Amino acid sequence: MTQRILDISGLNVRFATEDGEVAAVSDVSLHVNKGECLGIVGESGCGKSQTFMAVMGLLAANGKTTGSARFGGIDLLKADERTLNTVRGNRLAMVFQDPMTSLTPHMRVGRQLTEVLERHRGMDAKAARAEAIAMMARVQIPEPERRFAMHPHELSGGLRQRIVLAMALLCGPELVIADEPTTALDVTVQALILDLMRELKEKHGTSFVLITHDLGVVAGLADRVAVMYAGRVVESAGVREIFAAPRHPYTKGLLACTPRLTDAPTAVLPTIPGQPPDLQKLPPGCSFHPRCAAVFDRCRAERPALAEGGTLNACFLNHTVAA
Amino acid sequence: MWSYFARRLLIGIPTLLAVVLFCFFLMRLAPGGPFDGEAPVPPEVLANLRARYHLDDPLWRQFFSYLGNLLQGDFGPSFKYKDFTVTELIAQGLPVSIENGLSAIILAILIGLPLGITAALAQNSARDYAVSGLAMVGIVIPTFVTGQLLILAFGVWLKGTPFQLPAGGWNDGAFLNRILPVTVLALPFVAYIARISRASMIEALRTNFVRTARAKGLPYRTVVLRHAMKAALTPVITFLGPATAFLLTGSMVIETIFQIPGIGRYFVQGALNRDYTLVMGVTIVGAAFVIVANLIVDMLYAVLDPKVRYE
Repeated sequence: MTQRILDISGLNVRFATEDGEVAAVSDVSLHVNKGECLGIVGESGCGKSQTFMAVMGLLAANGKTTGSARFGGIDLLKADERTLNTVRGNRLAMVFQDPMTSLTPHMRVGRQLTEVLERHRGMDAKAARAEAIAMMARVQIPEPERRFAMHPHELSGGLRQRIVLAMALLCGPELVIADEPTTALDVTVQALILDLMRELKEKHGTSFVLITHDLGVVAGLADRVAVMYAGRVVESAGVREIFAAPRHPYTKGLLACTPRLTDAPTAVLPTIPGQPPDLQKLPPGCSFHPRCAAVFDRCRAERPALAEGGTLNACFLNHTVAA
Repeated sequence: MWSYFARRLLIGIPTLLAVVLFCFFLMRLAPGGPFDGEAPVPPEVLANLRARYHLDDPLWRQFFSYLGNLLQGDFGPSFKYKDFTVTELIAQGLPVSIENGLSAIILAILIGLPLGITAALAQNSARDYAVSGLAMVGIVIPTFVTGQLLILAFGVWLKGTPFQLPAGGWNDGAFLNRILPVTVLALPFVAYIARISRASMIEALRTNFVRTARAKGLPYRTVVLRHAMKAALTPVITFLGPATAFLLTGSMVIETIFQIPGIGRYFVQGALNRDYTLVMGVTIVGAAFVIVANLIVDMLYAVLDPKVRYE
């Protein structure tokens, strides 16, 4: 029996705005097994980031959650700030997607690393410095001693992203939530970082949640994939199944949008027509039906549940056995 | 970095010269002159007076002789306070204005900053609304109204109680005589500082780097003090530069209401009396304070933001 390190159940995230309530995440249930990498894919605004912001307790002040997110015996959604602070940055870490703004501009990057170790490991400044520099070297930052004393604006986007990654890995977390961790990096550094993540996963049993647009990264690192659309999980399966036999029309669409080396250079890249829906004005029935090529009457009236049908997916086409 | 500040200081010299130039000719453009009193002066007397003060010289010659004296630290004689030179008037009044202004700005920072920051930390709470509301009141009520109200309260209603305060007069700067004028002077600045620091702290708390700091599991207090505070202080510093210059050079309203011998009164009295040299003197002093205050602000930016330090 595999051990579930993170178990999200029935998560809803709602934002109260002046124009009414926005349902950013609806009834999301996901889990991450120990030593596993769960890939989360979907277009911008589909709720992938907000799902894990909620898990980290970092939602904006107008955000409200219901449901549960169990991690190491704690329900993160109901834990108080003090309890969260013993977990965050320590056993549960997050890598944010925007390296240019994710570091405090007036602090040296070294200090931003050592404060994590001082906080969670109770290290003194000297030990923390040595540990931080070692971690900087591990995430492929050249000349870590020199960079340790620099301010963020002196580093390139790629280096800053690696600092953010080093920050997350410092305390040897059990689970790392990585939100577009390699988007700002060039391909060679991207490969090095993915190798490092794979090594942590395989040798240290670190679990990952990998939030990304990049299906190539998912294929390389994830064990299972959850596809999100309009705040819901629409398909969830092992990475091989998803790539070999996607069942939900949205997943099929996403995969079709990926360019292949074997395509003729002049070939037109297929796209999914239309835009993701406005979360305040979700269409009735299946949220994807206005963009779906295989839509039929039932899709407009009724929302398909996430159910078994080849994969775990939310499409009537695959739900052959009526409940 | 130091060469940058040296350069900034040097740029202050032409700025100051421009102020002298504009102020000199603008004053002369205004109708009337220093000797136009209520009772007309006989033409022969007026001619003598004008000759005595070289007002019958061509304007350009007057300007250059003024500039020459200025370079030697001589602001010239006052036209109205005939027993004093402008240098003497400023030397008497400026320390009083500086003391009051400095007390007021320090008081305003000590009260306004904690109010604004704590309001931001409890955004949309009753406390936040109270601070925002009070700040609005502090900004819209003019000092001549708050000044009179405080005099009424502490000078009249509380007369005979231990809370009685002198309603005016300077008494050589006795502590009790300073309380009311400094308070009135500080009030609008308490309000401004509270408003600005509240807004900038709210903004700082929404940044991605504060989110990163929270994701590290740092206690909220550390997140605020170590990560958000410096970013939140920058707009406050920007405001404090000109505000300090303004306060240190005295307030006409406060000095008039509380009969304080500062230089604030000279700005208005000098202009009404067409006391050319006095107006020039206080304007130049005011301009010099603004230039120095802005320079200090730039130095503080460098302290707060390492990016500025390297550029």
